[in-house]
Amino acid sequence: MAAKSIISRPVYGTLSPQPGKHHLFVADADGALAITDLAAKAPDGFFADAHIIFIPGNEGQHVAALEALKPAQFYQGPSFASALPRLKQTLANAHMGLRPYLAGTEGLIGQAMQAALEAGIDHTSIQTEHRGSLARRVQCVHCKGITESVTTQPATCSHCGLLLLVRDHYSRRLAAFQGVCINAEDRSEIPPAEEIFR
Amino acid sequence: MYAVNIEPHVVGPKGSALENLIDVDEHYVSEMQDRALVLAEDPLRCQSLPHMTLAGWDLLELLMEQQALGSPEHFTLTRDGDKWRWINRPLGIDDSFTFGDVSTLPYGPMEYITRQSQGDFCILDQRDGNLWMDAGMVTTQADWSLDFDIGMNFFEWHAPVPLAHEKGIFTRALKFLTNIQQGKPARRLNWTMTINPRLDTSPENYHKWGPDRTTVTPENVGDKVHLRVELQSFWRLPRSNGIVFPIRCYLIKMDELVTQPIWARRLHRVIRDLPEELANYKGLSRYRATLVEWLSKLDDGSPTSAGFGA
Amino acid sequence: MSTGTTKLDVVVSDVVPVNELVTRFHFRRRDGQLLPTFSGGAHVVVEMRDGERTRLNPYSLMGSPLDTREYTISVRRDDAGRGGSLFMHSTVRPGHEMVISYPVNLFSLDLRARKHLMLAGGIGITPFMAQTAQLAADGGNFELHYTCRTASLGTYADVLKERYDRRVRLYHDDRDERIELDRLLSSQPLGTHLYVCGPSGMIGWVRDRAAALGWPAETVHFEHFAAPQPGAPFEVTLAVSGKAIRVGEQQSLLEAIEAAGVDPPYLCRGGVCGQCETNVIAHDGNFIHNDHWLSEEEHRSCKKIMPCVSRFEGRSLVLER
Repeated sequence: MAAKSIISRPVYGTLSPQPGKHHLFVADADGALAITDLAAKAPDGFFADAHIIFIPGNEGQHVAALEALKPAQFYQGPSFASALPRLKQTLANAHMGLRPYLAGTEGLIGQAMQAALEAGIDHTSIQTEHRGSLARRVQCVHCKGITESVTTQPATCSHCGLLLLVRDHYSRRLAAFQGVCINAEDRSEIPPAEEIFR
Repeated sequence: MYAVNIEPHVVGPKGSALENLIDVDEHYVSEMQDRALVLAEDPLRCQSLPHMTLAGWDLLELLMEQQALGSPEHFTLTRDGDKWRWINRPLGIDDSFTFGDVSTLPYGPMEYITRQSQGDFCILDQRDGNLWMDAGMVTTQADWSLDFDIGMNFFEWHAPVPLAHEKGIFTRALKFLTNIQQGKPARRLNWTMTINPRLDTSPENYHKWGPDRTTVTPENVGDKVHLRVELQSFWRLPRSNGIVFPIRCYLIKMDELVTQPIWARRLHRVIRDLPEELANYKGLSRYRATLVEWLSKLDDGSPTSAGFGA
Repeated sequence: MSTGTTKLDVVVSDVVPVNELVTRFHFRRRDGQLLPTFSGGAHVVVEMRDGERTRLNPYSLMGSPLDTREYTISVRRDDAGRGGSLFMHSTVRPGHEMVISYPVNLFSLDLRARKHLMLAGGIGITPFMAQTAQLAADGGNFELHYTCRTASLGTYADVLKERYDRRVRLYHDDRDERIELDRLLSSQPLGTHLYVCGPSGMIGWVRDRAAALGWPAETVHFEHFAAPQPGAPFEVTLAVSGKAIRVGEQQSLLEAIEAAGVDPPYLCRGGVCGQCETNVIAHDGNFIHNDHWLSEEEHRSCKKIMPCVSRFEGRSLVLER
């Protein structure tokens, strides 16, 4: 897990069943395990009002375990982008009493939360649990482009090519960490890149 | 290290920056042109989340009233119900509009009035016992990004500030700010250093202004290094129940600052004794030694005044 | 730096009986200027100078925030209360000069809401008068459900119905009309915020059902002013100012502290804003906590009291004032 950090760095919890009329799960890869762990604590019939949106990823695991929970709706897709229209439609038609649960990589949690915020849900009422990769989405503060799956410090912006210091400062609205040119004052200083976000 | 320096925002001596609660000075026209240039290059410096339009109208009313009150020779506001007329002589503006109707102004209310007001402006929504930075016009900032921080709460947007969280500074400040009442604004000062008289030291342009920090030499300290003082004030907005937080920046070069021996002595001691974390956060590290050495020659060791709150 | 609000010198410009229990009071500024702009849900604290006694009670502003030539409040006569409402009903007439506080809003709309769902009970309708006017002027999406004892006690029900038609639903106790609360709460679009103002039983019921049906706490807003209750007189020592005071039967502890020349800050005088929170130095007796500010744990700790609404019975009480 992340070491001592600053207050804007997201803190993730452990999924737990919330009172509500409908339960919307969005997860990728090992995030499925957070859902099955929650299922062990959930009251009978909990998943009869549940909708699971799952992106299994390369390993393709956990689908059967989620289907076994018998949610009212189950979807699996190849990527978050492919699941997004469905997620947005679900949120647009939802009523108060829908509770979101997000589990998996930071990138998945951040982007699903972004969709939930845009639908009028306050971030404090969204359940999250981190499982799997700590690879970061990074916004370059200079060109505004977002670089996906950043694992090194510093990292090169995939849009403008500046060498970025990846800060812990995080924006929920952008679902991204902040990247700031690490050698802006003297371009001849090129610190070695270390892989630290795995 | 951190002074809790919040005080009531009341008018001060004639001729000072506090003569009026919203200060309009001789740099007005050039600062407004500077803002227009920055916005043309980067429109993301001015943003307002959808629920903040009402607060924008509150700010428009506040700034029009205060500027017309403080500088009647430059600004005139005429109100007849919701039919308003605003005359801004320095910028050659004479607009009639309907208060509350965005279609009667060329920009949203916040952008319209802050293109005509010196200083940066952050509008904070108050809810759930916290303040949320949900709108702003920020073109003269000391290294923070509105585009990145918009939507954050009080603790989150201050997250990068070192040492203060642990000391409970922000918890106390938030409690004070959420209780600010209409008609009773408050203020505090903040400071940093800037190389060359540059208002826009944004992270967006860091790769453009950052290299200036490597150019400080013992010979050019007096001309290049500037003390940057921010006058921050806090006002309750009446219709939206939000808070506006104007941040007005003043720059003074070292050559000019040291014409007051007492200022030279004090600045020398402050820069010399600043904790490492704060010096890094303020971006002084690269030229701090050069500056301290230069200032030390102007410090004869005699006492300074007691300062704020003494 | 002290907190609290600025005062406004006003004159009563009109007094209008609304029904057998409620009277409306109109205030204008004595200097003829416009009053400060306010936001829907704001209240003012009205100073009632009744001979030797001064009572200060909060009342929601119920006029449109768009019109600041006058402020209006509605006062429900409370025959068992400490006499503030009786004073207003029996003594205050047009032309009466009074002092009120600047408006303060502790029951603000959340302007992010996709929809505002409002539930009012009885005189709890007053903040919604201002909030609906504010929202309606800007095309805001709201729906108001208003419960009253009888049609004749449905203060402003006719006005609201005429202004907003189907956006207002009325429920009369004497006709056994009840809000179908669960159905109402479960049929609201995502992004709705809920506002409730009325008797404390109603507020508790609505909050409980909303929580059970999955409404996150930050979407549920309630106005919960407690009126100071009369009670047995008690003695208090103010340690900082070195004064011994007596709190009368019809007086609040805060009023007694003020009468001794000590001025703690306040905004609401109804046990919700937290401004007048006072440390207890020593006590021998029991606290009667009536506020909604301190936690239950703090109530049990006997280390703090909210003097605007809470009382004490016992042998001695020493406060840090």
